[in-house]
Amino acid sequence: MKGFWHDAAEFFPILMNGVALTIVVTIGSLLLSTLLGLVWAMMRVSGIKALSMLSASLINVIRGIPIIVLLFYLYFVMPDLGVTLSALQAAILGLGIAYSAYQAENFRAGIEAIDKGQIEAAQSIGMGWWLTMRRVVLPQAVRIVLPPYGNVMIMMLKDSSQASTITVAELALQGKLIASSTFKNTSVFTLVALMYLTMSIPLILLVRHFEKRAGKK
Amino acid sequence: MIELSDVHKSFGEVEVLKGITASVEKGEVVCIIGPSGSGKSTILRCINGLESYDRGEISVEGLKVDRDAPSIVNIRTQVSMVFQRFNLFPHRTALENVVEGPLFVKKEPRAAALERGRALLAQVGLAEKADADPPQLSGGQQQRVAIARALAMQPKAILFDEPTSALDPELVGDVLGVMRKLADDGMTMVVVTHEMGFARDVADRVLFIDGGVIVEQGPAKSVLNQPQHARTQDFLRRVLHPL
Repeated sequence: MKGFWHDAAEFFPILMNGVALTIVVTIGSLLLSTLLGLVWAMMRVSGIKALSMLSASLINVIRGIPIIVLLFYLYFVMPDLGVTLSALQAAILGLGIAYSAYQAENFRAGIEAIDKGQIEAAQSIGMGWWLTMRRVVLPQAVRIVLPPYGNVMIMMLKDSSQASTITVAELALQGKLIASSTFKNTSVFTLVALMYLTMSIPLILLVRHFEKRAGKK
Repeated sequence: MIELSDVHKSFGEVEVLKGITASVEKGEVVCIIGPSGSGKSTILRCINGLESYDRGEISVEGLKVDRDAPSIVNIRTQVSMVFQRFNLFPHRTALENVVEGPLFVKKEPRAAALERGRALLAQVGLAEKADADPPQLSGGQQQRVAIARALAMQPKAILFDEPTSALDPELVGDVLGVMRKLADDGMTMVVVTHEMGFARDVADRVLFIDGGVIVEQGPAKSVLNQPQHARTQDFLRRVLHPL
């Protein structure tokens, strides 16, 4: 145990560099997936058949490709097509696109859960589609969507470790590099696991808070 | 002001409206009565463009009602609707519900819209409930907020779709009182209702609808007190003397 604390003190500062990148990848891809997910969901519920079908197809394609393959494609294949991305850019883009499909389905479920009478009331005072969404549907859907959204945040935090496969030196890769050069696998990966857990716990509490709040309504 | 000419509407195989022709004049109060499923609410929903219709024509102040045309927004700001289940926005306070349309559809200045919103809440007897959330209000209070929300659009007419059907009996009177005052002030109203007392006392005309057609229409007192058609007589007997 004493050895662990000694190793922890030694490796902690290096692993913190990895934590910083993990947070950047997670927040970056979370924002991107939220934005894209909202766009796909809006297309799905737009009532315009072509947009709805396009969105459904996109979501299925994205869901059908493993995240790691998407990352490889963006990082290794895109340069052949003339688009070179840094590892960090490819990681954020890949995770953002991959998770946008799940976000879209989550948002769509939230939007479709809103009582039809709410939309009719908005229409009856002259609101158009977008105003109805912005002022009536989305503010109510947020409450429904937040608990699963929190779960997606936790999954994205953990899946950001997949960025290590395209050389982003986030927490998992930093751990692997230290372990392979020091052979202190137990200390390093215990520390890495604890650091992921420390970042996840506030998110888990946040999800619980969202669930409680949603349950009250 | 509102004209319906040979309006037909089907839901799948079921034809709900089978050629409705009627008109509502400015300042007139028209009550539509009839059994459940007769097409009463569908008429209101077609006038407001919440439902499309298959044949015939509906116009409001000469403007054709077409739910897919941009003009529908203009029609809806002229003809407001009050729903059976209130349909207040639960994430907004009573006052915010009332000023939502003026602020975001009509783009009225905020201060003026809020002032008028408060005045409208006072008009329906809910001045002190301006900051209450809809779930904190009784059904009758919610429906009165919904009426204030409809009035806030400064409509030329209001459509009421069974406005008291979802209320506890002791709360019905408050809502009908507000509606009666509106009628006295000259508001054009089309009311789908089972409140025969209200129809008799307040309506200028009553339409009795059954099976998607207007079976009988005329001055309220004459239709309700001396119905000519056997189906109207049977319906009124069942409603007024259920036992």
